[in-house]
Amino acid sequence: MSAENKQKDDEQVVNMANLRGGIEYASQWTLMWRRFRKHKLAVVSMVVVILFYAVAVFSEFLAPMDPEAAASRKTQHPPQLFELHFFDEGKFAPYVPGYTKKLDMETSKISFTPDGSKVYLGLFVRGFEYKMFGFDALQSDLHLFGPKDKEGQVFLFGSDTMGRDVLSRVIYGARFTLSLGLIGVILSVVLGIILGGLAGYYGGWTDWVVMRVVEFILSLPSIPIWLAMAAALPKDWPPHYQYMAVTVIISLIGWTHLARVIRGRFLSMRSDVFVIAAKLDGCSEPRIIFRHMLPSLASHIIAQVTLSIPSMVLSETSLSFLGLGLQPPAISWGVLLKGAQKISVIAQAPWLFLPGLMVVIAVLALNFFGDGLRDAADPYSNH
Amino acid sequence: MDTSVKKQTGDVVLDVRNLKTYFGTGDKAVHAVDDISFKIMRGKTLCIVGESGSGKSVTARSILQIVDPPGKIVSGEVIYYGKDPAGQDLAKLNDRGKEIRSIRGHEISMIFQEPMTSLSPIHTIGNQICEAILLHQNVDKEEARNRAIELLRRVEIPNPGVAIDKYTFEYSGGMRQRAMIAMALACNPKILIADEPTTALDVTTQAEILALIKELQESYGMAVLFITHDMGVVAEIADEIGVMRNGQMVEFGTAEQIFYEAKNPYTLELIDSVRKLENSARAVRKNTATERKIMEIRNVSKIYPARSTFMGKTNPPFKALDNVSLDVYEGENLGIVGESGSGKTTLGNCVIRVLSCSGGEVLYRMGDGRIADLAKAGQHELRQVHREIRMVFQDPFASLNPRMTVGQIVGEPLLVGKTHTGAALRKRVEELLGMVGLPGEAAERYPHAFSGGQRQRIGIARALALNPRVIIADEATSALDVTLRSQVLDLLLDLQETMNLTFILVSHDIGVIRYFCDRVAVMYKGQIVEHGPAMKICSEPDHPYTKALISAVPGTHPRDKRIVNRHRYNAETEGVKMGGN
Repeated sequence: MSAENKQKDDEQVVNMANLRGGIEYASQWTLMWRRFRKHKLAVVSMVVVILFYAVAVFSEFLAPMDPEAAASRKTQHPPQLFELHFFDEGKFAPYVPGYTKKLDMETSKISFTPDGSKVYLGLFVRGFEYKMFGFDALQSDLHLFGPKDKEGQVFLFGSDTMGRDVLSRVIYGARFTLSLGLIGVILSVVLGIILGGLAGYYGGWTDWVVMRVVEFILSLPSIPIWLAMAAALPKDWPPHYQYMAVTVIISLIGWTHLARVIRGRFLSMRSDVFVIAAKLDGCSEPRIIFRHMLPSLASHIIAQVTLSIPSMVLSETSLSFLGLGLQPPAISWGVLLKGAQKISVIAQAPWLFLPGLMVVIAVLALNFFGDGLRDAADPYSNH
Repeated sequence: MDTSVKKQTGDVVLDVRNLKTYFGTGDKAVHAVDDISFKIMRGKTLCIVGESGSGKSVTARSILQIVDPPGKIVSGEVIYYGKDPAGQDLAKLNDRGKEIRSIRGHEISMIFQEPMTSLSPIHTIGNQICEAILLHQNVDKEEARNRAIELLRRVEIPNPGVAIDKYTFEYSGGMRQRAMIAMALACNPKILIADEPTTALDVTTQAEILALIKELQESYGMAVLFITHDMGVVAEIADEIGVMRNGQMVEFGTAEQIFYEAKNPYTLELIDSVRKLENSARAVRKNTATERKIMEIRNVSKIYPARSTFMGKTNPPFKALDNVSLDVYEGENLGIVGESGSGKTTLGNCVIRVLSCSGGEVLYRMGDGRIADLAKAGQHELRQVHREIRMVFQDPFASLNPRMTVGQIVGEPLLVGKTHTGAALRKRVEELLGMVGLPGEAAERYPHAFSGGQRQRIGIARALALNPRVIIADEATSALDVTLRSQVLDLLLDLQETMNLTFILVSHDIGVIRYFCDRVAVMYKGQIVEHGPAMKICSEPDHPYTKALISAVPGTHPRDKRIVNRHRYNAETEGVKMGGN
């Protein structure tokens, strides 16, 4: 009888494999990806997020102009993006028309008029020199696109009050702003997992202490605290010191939300039967936490992280906008927006708000992406 | 069957014809109910029986058009002979329309499996019953309240005048189900649909509820459509039986026809799997029990201390285990039986130290002859003990980590215990899976690829990994369908013969205990009220509680209706006897 049963069960297993086409071999990530794909907006957002981070990684290569090079005769040059021509006299030769600056002596208003010249653009051109990621060995002057003539000037997003190319500065700013968001979140996650995990797994007084600290931090008004801490930063620090300091300041508050989420998950999972089973299997506590509990949380943590990056990006932007985060010559989107504070700028060069548009796009894309991840994170839920 | 139905056409109250309810559309649609036809007679009970996923609940819900989306009635008719003698097709009505709403709860009412979730927690029981009365009947509030009290009296709720103003959480499980029935009866329905109404209840409570439904049916003359997976319950109450499998009705007939002249092999399998548990498997197998004690449980208690509540009141300490003493012999199967809250699971957990004991000792003779007191063992000693005493859990879904492959789950104790690594580990895992009747390829898959029965086998393989001596099986079969239950029990018995295992089986199911165990301890309110050989306890128990428990177990033949003759036990009135034990 039991031999028969065994055979019957074997058959069932084999049949099932044929029917379901491999889903039984699917790991949590595969299942998550299957669900994520159904969320179209999230997939589009994921592409946008990947593009933004690609820009942040390869900013030197992608920037057509030197972000620090000020062209005194081209200040507040309007964007040429919509005047980009791809064909010149029937041949493929992208160019933008050249402009000459004119200053109205009576109103002191700047205007640009076409001077009939053409600035030809090319792919993989030689431009300003840079060191990729700051490594001497990666010194190059190759750019994805830019004016064919090394001395030529193109302002697809316009130029700022000092005649610097806004597009190149936005590209450079992406590196600081987006990486700061990511690193800040990673710091928060590490703190959040350790403290939230301890609180949730051990409970008792550990839990009490950690949660009271979290509540204390959350009760502090965040902007004044940021301002105070940022104001304490020495102004003469080099940009990358400032950068690290700002990251730490922002993530000091960011970890609290993550710690709460992770604590809650740990608390409910602590009494799950499979965790008790692991205990009876003889697993040590670190093994129970890292091998059995954390993998079940990984997808939730990733979703939470993606949803936390936007607030980090916004924090950086607002701090720098207020002049208390990163300082020029560092370039971040917040620093760039600081340049658009004056009323004259709003009137004469509205394109200086383009970094703000980038912030909006990045934050929206990250939010939609995070929403999609969160919905996909639980492969066994039905909705 | 056809001829008998034709004779009674006038008595048909509901006629379901070629009903099809699908979830989803196109090729991927799940045919939950696939072309089902049956008739319900006035004043009779039709039982639809089947295992989980057979479509029996969806059938019941289709009648009232309360199938959860994306489920939809695709075709078929549900003719209801109510006010309109020519019949009214419920399947054609708009599922949010006035007509179907006037039928739901009024002409046809329904009770569900879990009364806690089907009753509102923020209204009193009385309010909820009154609402049902006021909604469908033209009476004033006072009259409605009087009727509600009368209804509560009818369903045998003690002191209905007071009980009517209580909230759901103040009722016990059985009381809630009674209140649910009272609400369903509020408008004198022609048909009562009961969807597994007793599955969540203890066996003695189940017997009470079944008897109540039976009695009310007779006095109200309503038809009952009873959905259940339990052939025992069917045998007790059914006039007619429909057996469902994979959305289809495989057999339909009177209770006598199905139980004594079933033709369909699946029906026979269902009946056999219940009857099999009527006898002891130990009688026909090699007896592995010995005289050597492997464990002595002495005066173990587990007390949850008093707690002061928010309002300054103090809850008295709760004794989950009260001076429990029990011996376990090597190679035997010890059953621990009791109802929910009796402390049987707590006892299992205290023995293996998932919970710590408040007092007493658990002396365990280790494989190397040493005696270890599990109640006081330290971390190091416990780890050694946990290699010898293993546990199989109740819920095969929750007990396997969904993020690990079956190979990793089964291999975990080996890996952690550093007994096997690399290729040897893989080989041992395959061997273990083979022992529980799963193919070696199963190791690469994730738990979600397996059915409940297969998952329970995986859980058993994990328990076997370190060649244990004692296995505590906590309700290991109660989450499984009845046909799988005896398969898993047989597997455990096979393994016992080859591996010299001792089992402690914690269960509420007398059938499982009778089939599997040599000795049984009966628990009630944290105490062992009776223990002795399984056959004696299950057939002629001494203690009145055990008598009540055993007599509440449904029979397996329609001609053997036990619930009517059951023994009722009241701890308060028989307290003297309790103390004496």
